[in-house]
Amino acid sequence: MNASPSLRNRLNAAVRDIPPSGIRDFFDIVTTMKDVISLGIGEPDFDTPWHVRESTVFALERGATHYTSNLGYPELRRALAGYVRKVFGANYDPQTEVLVTVGVSEALDLALRALLNPGDEVLYHEPCYVSYRATILFAHGVPVAVETRPENGFRVTRQMLEAKVTPRTKALMLNFPNNPTGAVMGRADLVDIAAFARQHDLIVITDEIYGELTYDTPHTSLVSLPGLRERTIFLHGFSKAWAMTGFRLGYACAPAELIEAMMRIHQYTMLCASSLSQKAAIEALARPASDIGDMVQEYRRRRNFIAAAFADMGLDCHRPLGAFYAFPSIARFGLSSRDFALQLLNQEKVAVVPGSAFGACGEGFLRCAYATSMANVREAMARLKRFVSRR
Amino acid sequence: MDELLKILQANALEPRENIARMLELSVDEVNQRVADYEMRRVIRGYQAILDEDQLGLDKVTAVIEVKVTPQREGGFDTIAGRISRFPEVRSAYLMSGTYDLLLFVEGKNLREVAGFVSERLAALEGVLSTSTHFMLKTYKRFGVLMCQEHSDERLTITP
Repeated sequence: MNASPSLRNRLNAAVRDIPPSGIRDFFDIVTTMKDVISLGIGEPDFDTPWHVRESTVFALERGATHYTSNLGYPELRRALAGYVRKVFGANYDPQTEVLVTVGVSEALDLALRALLNPGDEVLYHEPCYVSYRATILFAHGVPVAVETRPENGFRVTRQMLEAKVTPRTKALMLNFPNNPTGAVMGRADLVDIAAFARQHDLIVITDEIYGELTYDTPHTSLVSLPGLRERTIFLHGFSKAWAMTGFRLGYACAPAELIEAMMRIHQYTMLCASSLSQKAAIEALARPASDIGDMVQEYRRRRNFIAAAFADMGLDCHRPLGAFYAFPSIARFGLSSRDFALQLLNQEKVAVVPGSAFGACGEGFLRCAYATSMANVREAMARLKRFVSRR
Repeated sequence: MDELLKILQANALEPRENIARMLELSVDEVNQRVADYEMRRVIRGYQAILDEDQLGLDKVTAVIEVKVTPQREGGFDTIAGRISRFPEVRSAYLMSGTYDLLLFVEGKNLREVAGFVSERLAALEGVLSTSTHFMLKTYKRFGVLMCQEHSDERLTITP
């Protein structure tokens, strides 16, 4: 949308100067086409588990249609604290240290707005989720990206961070397992990052939305490391592991002072997360293992398939270890990732997202989401192979 | 359960090469393991799952609860085995609760099934009583929903 010049001048400078998401622009092109197989969808192809949907209908019938506590239903916060303790290895007081939000996106926004003064720097890693840089800017922070590389499995190292840290650095944002690269950080990697955060006295914001989705090694949460819980805002939600993207339900766990500050913004801007979504989340937590186990197994099979298919067609791809994304390199074809994606779309009707949508260093890569049926993955790989073999 | 069996149970026609990729095995290994399951009769066969309501077949299915007297030797197995061998009986299970055997019986029409029940099933020695229910409509079979089209409401590109 283009505002007229006079109105444009009245916009907030941070908003005015941020370009729209590169994904948005690609989406507009894809939607004009028919019969496209999309590997561009960053959400599960599984249905929300039926018991969750059924209990949401029941909650609606019973009249769970009112405001809830700003922090979220106490029953949900208790269940969340229990889940985070069991799965991520950190203890939070459900009364004061858990905040239910409208997706992780809101939680991230609250965290940054609660922490940053204008000009404070935030370290984050690219390629990363499309909203990180924008969210920092909207909170009047200064985004400072460290660039991760396939040689290193797209992990963040202490050395990378040391090169970019300054006295103005206030926070460090991490997202592992990672969208768009499928990278994960092991315990040893995280221990280094933890030492870095302590040394520079940084607040860490860790978005572990894909925490349940790892395929070769179990996930290690940053908050399970000694001394990190006290300086970390842990973010998680129901979109990925329970396939509940449209419910828009996330949460933050952090020391009480931080949750209190985030809650202050949340209560004035959002009031509370949707009561129905909160009821759905309570039901989802009642039996996480049975819902998630089969899903993870199915993603692993697709991951294996897609990795073998890339190897077969000679595309370099670091082994995707988590989330549901593969991030192959297309640098050797001499096309920008956007042009490659456009040609692939036009010639073979396969939609992928150009890596450049996830930060400058994503150039030369494609994000291929395998959150689509095995039949689609198979057909997409056959088409991609045909496309690649012509070049 | 072995993941290989899970894949076959979801789609027995999945090409072996794809299964090999999914499980990070060689095609030979996959073939060998399937052959082994077939030989051990863990895999008893491969069938298509049909939406028979679409076919307009001259066919009815009855679910029959049967009370029987267990035999002194062989318990329920002897009488259940005898009943199961009738080709009209498509499935047979030993149940807990108020009856003993649950049968799925197919026939051309109601009369044919009634004939099977009264003349052959009820007449067997050891069968005490039967209770027959006819199926009217299939909503789900073998884990497959028959009543609705699957629609993917997701946007084609999302972050």
